[in-house]
Amino acid sequence: MNGVITWLTDPLNWSGSDGIPGQTLTHLWYSAISLFVACLIAIPLGLAIGHTGRGRFFVVNLAGAARAIPSLGLLYLMVLWLFPKLKGDSAFLVPSLIVLIVLAIPPLMAGAYAGVEGVDPAARDAAKGMGMTGMQVLGKVEVPNALPLILSGFRSATLQVIATATLAAVAGTGGLGRFLIDGQKIRDYPQMAGGALLVAVLALVVDLLLAVVQRYVVSPGLTGRGAGPARGSRRRSPNRNLGNTPLDVDIPSTTRTVDPQTP
Amino acid sequence: MAVDNLSLEAPSGKITVLVGPSGCGKTTSLRMINRMIQPSSGTITLDGRDTGRMKESELRRGIGYVIQHAGLFPHRTVLDNVSTVPRLLGMDKTETRKRSMELLERVGLDPAFAKRYPAQLSGGQQQRVGVARALAADPPVMLMDEPFSAVDPVVREQLQDEFLRLQGDLGKTIIFVTHDIDEAIKLGDQVAVLKVGGHLAQIAAPAYLLSHPVDDFVADFVGRDRGYRALSFQPTPRLPLASERTVSMGERIGGIDADWVLVVDDDNHPLGWVEPARLKGEVRSETLHRGGTVARASGPLRAALDAALSSPSRRGVIVDDTGALVGTVKAHEVLTAIEETSRPELANPDNPGAPAA
Repeated sequence: MNGVITWLTDPLNWSGSDGIPGQTLTHLWYSAISLFVACLIAIPLGLAIGHTGRGRFFVVNLAGAARAIPSLGLLYLMVLWLFPKLKGDSAFLVPSLIVLIVLAIPPLMAGAYAGVEGVDPAARDAAKGMGMTGMQVLGKVEVPNALPLILSGFRSATLQVIATATLAAVAGTGGLGRFLIDGQKIRDYPQMAGGALLVAVLALVVDLLLAVVQRYVVSPGLTGRGAGPARGSRRRSPNRNLGNTPLDVDIPSTTRTVDPQTP
Repeated sequence: MAVDNLSLEAPSGKITVLVGPSGCGKTTSLRMINRMIQPSSGTITLDGRDTGRMKESELRRGIGYVIQHAGLFPHRTVLDNVSTVPRLLGMDKTETRKRSMELLERVGLDPAFAKRYPAQLSGGQQQRVGVARALAADPPVMLMDEPFSAVDPVVREQLQDEFLRLQGDLGKTIIFVTHDIDEAIKLGDQVAVLKVGGHLAQIAAPAYLLSHPVDDFVADFVGRDRGYRALSFQPTPRLPLASERTVSMGERIGGIDADWVLVVDDDNHPLGWVEPARLKGEVRSETLHRGGTVARASGPLRAALDAALSSPSRRGVIVDDTGALVGTVKAHEVLTAIEETSRPELANPDNPGAPAA
């Protein structure tokens, strides 16, 4: 334990591009790129599935199947497949990023899909009936109401990506995983433990920041933090309880099976 | 097929109610008007224009739409909810705000509600916001799909009364769907009774419907006590009113020689009955019999009869429009008055099944 503290407080470990700040930034950078690409793929797809109600089985099965993918196994597979095709740093980086993207897609897509799917059907019907176009219904009603679940999917994905980005070091790139891998090679246990601790702290700090962001972007009407005292009977929105925690978005058991008769 | 070959006309400025059992296609019919459901054949015209040729979103923006659970947007404040259609139409922001605030007041909501979110309102309040939202762009036509059926009976009655008052001011063309025949009869200028499959069984003014149902289906549907309910449409004629001995709260009534005595407040508004024979001491709030209903002299016969039937003294209390006592009436006197009133004429005596002109 003392060794860990010594390692963490050693000024030598806090300088240079392979020091703690440098590796933390690299770690965050890999995570950010992966999340960005994953969002570009998963969120529009999840919104489209939630909005149209088509392809529900796709999300449900994908979310289940993706949990069964071993990240490390996928990483080796990607390295073996892509290493000969790529040059320089990207030969190490791209396989790692692909693994992280694959990891981030299911929670993001499930969040977007479940969020849109969970919007009060009466609100959606009213929006359409008042003359909103399909895109207006999506943009003005479905997305704002789905935001708590979209964000909790995002937080869930972020936690997983930051934790798993450690693996990138196995493929020979930077990030906080370097301390774990390098530490293991030279049996420097304080360095390994220190690196692990840093990954955990980083994940928690980022999640906390996202929680704050969530608090400000989600409408008070959805979180029950509306202005003025509540009056009369409160109609509970189905999202309210899920709004503030980065739980894995669970798809209600009733929608798990594929019903060919669903319109 | 949910609705097959339905043809009816909703006159401008009037309330047309579609009523029928579940699965009769009333909601489907309503939703075909703003094309939330596409009719497979036939045409629907609005002011002579074929709605099938109009752009869906434009058609809908010109039609007020109120649904059962209000369908308010949970993420928007009440004011923003009401402003939805004017904003879609690109109307001026401050002007819309002003108008939305006025509308909230019109539907009976305190301006303080404007900044609240729907989850903070009761069901009845949400429905008021739903009505205000549908009225926001001042559409000439309103579609209302069971708007009052998800609230409790007391609130429902309030909402219905206010809806009628509002309609009295605004004169919109309204298509109203309900499964509740009492609501249909109370609100409708004309009531269309639908059978399963969207077949029109009868369309007529409420009073006519109650007195001349065309077939067994309509007769069953309008209910067994339709004779009694039809009295809702008969204004009370001049009744032979008896003056009533009254006392006020706190008075001692030991010496009064009467079976029942009516207690009134300082404004002569009736409060309840007391029995002098059984009451020791002074009249107190707890000793009042409040079972009797009170009918307005200008109200329908149904209320006058009910007042007589429900009164513990068997004398129905009649008040004027300010609620002050004018006298009492006995049930048989109301019945005599009923016998003297005329029922709506059958439109075509040779063919009782024909619709009213």
